Amino acid sequence: MAASKFEVPELKGYTVIPLLQKGASANIKSFLANEKIQEDLGFPGELVEDWHDKAIEKMGELLGKYRGLRVFMDACVHCGACTDKCHYYLGTRDPKNMPVARQDLMRQVYRRYFTFAGKYFPKLVGARDLTREVLDDWYSYYYQCSECRRCSVYCPYGIDTAEVTMAGREILDSVGMGQKYTNEILGKVHRIGNNLGLPGPALTDTLEGLEEDIEADTGFAVKLPIDIKGAEVLLITPSADFFSEPHVESLIGYAKVFHAAGISWTLSSMSSEAGNFGMFIGNYEQMHKVALRIRQAALELGVKRIVVGECGHAWRVAYSFWNTLIGVGAGADDPFAKMLQKQLDPRYPQPAHICEVTYDLLQQGAIKMDKEANDHRIITFHDSCNVARGSNMGGIPGGQFILPREIIKSVANHFYDMAPETVFEGTFCCGGGGGLLTDDLMELRVKGAMPRMNALKSVVDAHQVNFMATICAICKAQFTKVLPYYEFEMSMVGGVHQLVSSAIRLDPNK
Amino acid sequence: MSLLTITFALLFYLATAILIGGVAYKIYIYSSTPVPLKIPTMPAPLTTTGVVMRMGREVVLFESLFKSNKWIWIFGWMFHFSLLLVLLRHLRYFTQPVWSWVVLIQPFGRYAAFAMVAGLLGLWARRFLVDRVRYISTPSDHLMLALLLGIGLSGVAMSFVSHVDIIDVKMFMLGLMMFHWQELPPEPILLVHLSLVALLMIVFPISKLLHAPGVFFSPTRNQVDDSREVRHVADWAVHFDQ
Repeated sequence: MAASKFEVPELKGYTVIPLLQKGASANIKSFLANEKIQEDLGFPGELVEDWHDKAIEKMGELLGKYRGLRVFMDACVHCGACTDKCHYYLGTRDPKNMPVARQDLMRQVYRRYFTFAGKYFPKLVGARDLTREVLDDWYSYYYQCSECRRCSVYCPYGIDTAEVTMAGREILDSVGMGQKYTNEILGKVHRIGNNLGLPGPALTDTLEGLEEDIEADTGFAVKLPIDIKGAEVLLITPSADFFSEPHVESLIGYAKVFHAAGISWTLSSMSSEAGNFGMFIGNYEQMHKVALRIRQAALELGVKRIVVGECGHAWRVAYSFWNTLIGVGAGADDPFAKMLQKQLDPRYPQPAHICEVTYDLLQQGAIKMDKEANDHRIITFHDSCNVARGSNMGGIPGGQFILPREIIKSVANHFYDMAPETVFEGTFCCGGGGGLLTDDLMELRVKGAMPRMNALKSVVDAHQVNFMATICAICKAQFTKVLPYYEFEMSMVGGVHQLVSSAIRLDPNK
Repeated sequence: MSLLTITFALLFYLATAILIGGVAYKIYIYSSTPVPLKIPTMPAPLTTTGVVMRMGREVVLFESLFKSNKWIWIFGWMFHFSLLLVLLRHLRYFTQPVWSWVVLIQPFGRYAAFAMVAGLLGLWARRFLVDRVRYISTPSDHLMLALLLGIGLSGVAMSFVSHVDIIDVKMFMLGLMMFHWQELPPEPILLVHLSLVALLMIVFPISKLLHAPGVFFSPTRNQVDDSREVRHVADWAVHFDQ
């Protein structure tokens, strides 16, 4: 077990709602972005002198641009339905990690400056001035939220704390308080084309190495093409897939699927990132700018289909926002989007998730599996929050839950779901999503993983589960790091297409 | 015309104007604020009919709350459904002749007042007993429950303890509606009841009671899951399409 400076929660196999402990995670703060990182994104380099007025002004702007924020600020009745739904509350016991309390950090200020009751009776309605202390609280606790939206499932008005967190981060960025991890990565995407800062030649090298490995392993010349004009499919995948473990195993899986099905495909060196951290900081402009690379790659390479690899928040952005941001989708009547939509093949959903592609091919019998190849694995599936609560697959109700599970059952013989309240739309975040996958937040990440670890322990004890499949790069990286704290093997986590990779038949004659 | 009648008549005109004007203004603000992105909480309905059904279940059955917490659901639903019955029963004081279905629900509406009070007490108890709910409760959360409880208890008292001449009350209400004022019976319990109701109407548009219109505008609940099929762009974001 890794040595830790904090207490790792004990696993019981189920999660108990803890009594609250004020200030329990007040000391957990991710590093601030430095001047260079901030200015690269067009944000002030450090806290501006008139931060108070600027912040209130920004808040007013956002209230006028986002109906969700406006309604969510007014509608909460403090019923308490969400109070036990956040994994960070369950793991840290800090009451400010209860979704309603996290929202209230902003709602108190909203009431003070934007409502009659808060202007004239602040004490009565719990309104507060925006002080430096409040601003610091915003920074701490808006970077202790993974924007997983679990609370929004349970709120009787659908209040989505992720929207409030995003607005909070947007305001903080606008007054010069950015987070190092997220904003540094955004800078890399803009400069180089992916979150890891992996330049084109390095990428090409890595892919060639992988091709050699696959051929040595299987005897088949499975290709990982890059920058091929006129390919059918453009694959946009998280850059972690290129060299992180276990991510790369899934990349090999996608390549094998395309190979076995005979679909021509390509990656893009200019647009080598599915992740879009612009969403994490709630900044429409950043999100748009990151997504534009994908539009540009699709147009330049002349592809007919855009397929997205295993990445949770990227799939939310792709499924829910790409049509809005860059016109990847259908049904547009404006020239900007039509230009791309005319090129894309309307017989396929645009964009498509790699699970949709694989599932369809399985349904058609176009690819075949040897399930026994996964017999050494007893598998469970972790629904990633952004896929579960921010997207769909297959155009059927709940397809985002059905498709990955059906794929797993088609490629393996042993599958067990975790407890019902911890999967599907009630799934618990891995603890590292939403821009929190950084070492300076390790305590939060470990504690926030506790509800998922409990559910995992329960199926490990009951069914000897030894593999937790997931379709998110952040989940994979987070679990790899966090599993050992809970005395699980880090190799227990892997991708759905890692399983596909083991079972798929590459010989076209068989 | 007594000073009391004049005061209450003016109070109710004012309260009605604030309630209607205030809520209409809020609805205008909500409906005119853009929704730049598709953010339904998934899994979401794939059709507009589906969204109407989802919203219906949310508003009538409190579906999400049911998933969340059975105690809040029981007390909350009991309170709201009873309040609805009670309100519908009260239509008899504003209509002449009384509609037959209002006559029909009269006995249910009378006893629903008890369920309403019980629901409120349950919700209030949680504000003291559950540490998480205690932490988030503001003075206004307590006062709102006190206000509703005051309305409920004074109403129950008039129905079951100290009867008020309901014909006179009805004459007063009809008089207000016809702009032909009639004397208000000076019963203390009635005056308490009416004052609290007027207060509730006045604070409605500036308080958390806005959850009632708000829920219909909640994008996580009222959006269709069709982002790949239909392009959705807010006016303020159009300029990003160069």
